[in-house]
Amino acid sequence: MYKLIAVFLLLFTSVGLSSLAWAVDSAPAFEDAQLQARYEALTHQLRCLVCQNETIADSGATLAGDLRRELREQLAAGKTDEQVLKFMTDRYGAFVLYKPPFEQRTWLLWLGPALFLLIGAFAAVRIVLQRARLAAQQPEDDEKEQSETA
Amino acid sequence: MWRYLIPGAIFVVLIGFFVVGLSRDPANVPSPLLGKPAPTYSLLKVEDPQLKVSNTDVAGKKHLVNVWATWCAECRHEHGYLLQIASEGIAPIVGIDWKDELPLAQQWLSQLGNPYSATGFDVEGRTAIDFGVYGAPETFLVDERGIILCKRIGAMTDAVWQRVFKPVINNQAPDKAAMDAKTTCIS
Repeated sequence: MYKLIAVFLLLFTSVGLSSLAWAVDSAPAFEDAQLQARYEALTHQLRCLVCQNETIADSGATLAGDLRRELREQLAAGKTDEQVLKFMTDRYGAFVLYKPPFEQRTWLLWLGPALFLLIGAFAAVRIVLQRARLAAQQPEDDEKEQSETA
Repeated sequence: MWRYLIPGAIFVVLIGFFVVGLSRDPANVPSPLLGKPAPTYSLLKVEDPQLKVSNTDVAGKKHLVNVWATWCAECRHEHGYLLQIASEGIAPIVGIDWKDELPLAQQWLSQLGNPYSATGFDVEGRTAIDFGVYGAPETFLVDERGIILCKRIGAMTDAVWQRVFKPVINNQAPDKAAMDAKTTCIS
């Protein structure tokens, strides 16, 4: 079992790493490894608005190319990641970010999974308690039933 | 009782989410530029590349900014209607020729007619990015102070021009019934 989990973990991390490599650009944008890393990370955070389920790192659309050029120029000019992302959201809105910000419009999106987990946990606890009580009340019936179904 | 009511309620809520979610077209991205100053630009003039086209040319005037290109089929479809808007003389239309080739753009204007007061040649697509453009055509309504009042994604239609843009130009409320998801104005 642990082996299986290890294999899966390895698979996932290797997929994650390989997607960090430049997909559309034919060569690295920067010689400086640190700038290149920031550039790659940012291209994976921004949505191509032409083909909306792709990041601008993966998209071959001309707009994605223009946005990558914009990224390169701004990073080269010494802009911070926050400044570059603000440049993009000022023009295209929060939709351009692959990871939506936590705000009034998106709270359900962010808290939904936790909410469903709580509902599920509540239901599970209730059902288990109910069954336990039933089993305590009619132990003989329960045993009989079990032996019948076995 | 609850055994039936709870799954039923969950079902209804889910259907509600699907109806709302699936009826929304993700191609209509709301623009954060509404109510904000229109970006500045200074571009070569398609009609005469010796000259420049700048946002200061139309400062103090309500005007339209129309993003188009010769590679855009919908723009050709829209062109006739832009000529009609121009002939009404209510508001000048500034063209932004997006990532195009100059001879093709000039040919387009001489063959199909020129509805623009001037067209800027945005060969690198920088002005389009500043306007948050991600497809052509797109049309913005900009007021005297340079604030963006309305945005139309896709071809301008008679209903949108007559019942949304024109009332806003005349300082009246737009007809909500004529506003689809591709048309947004500041409220």
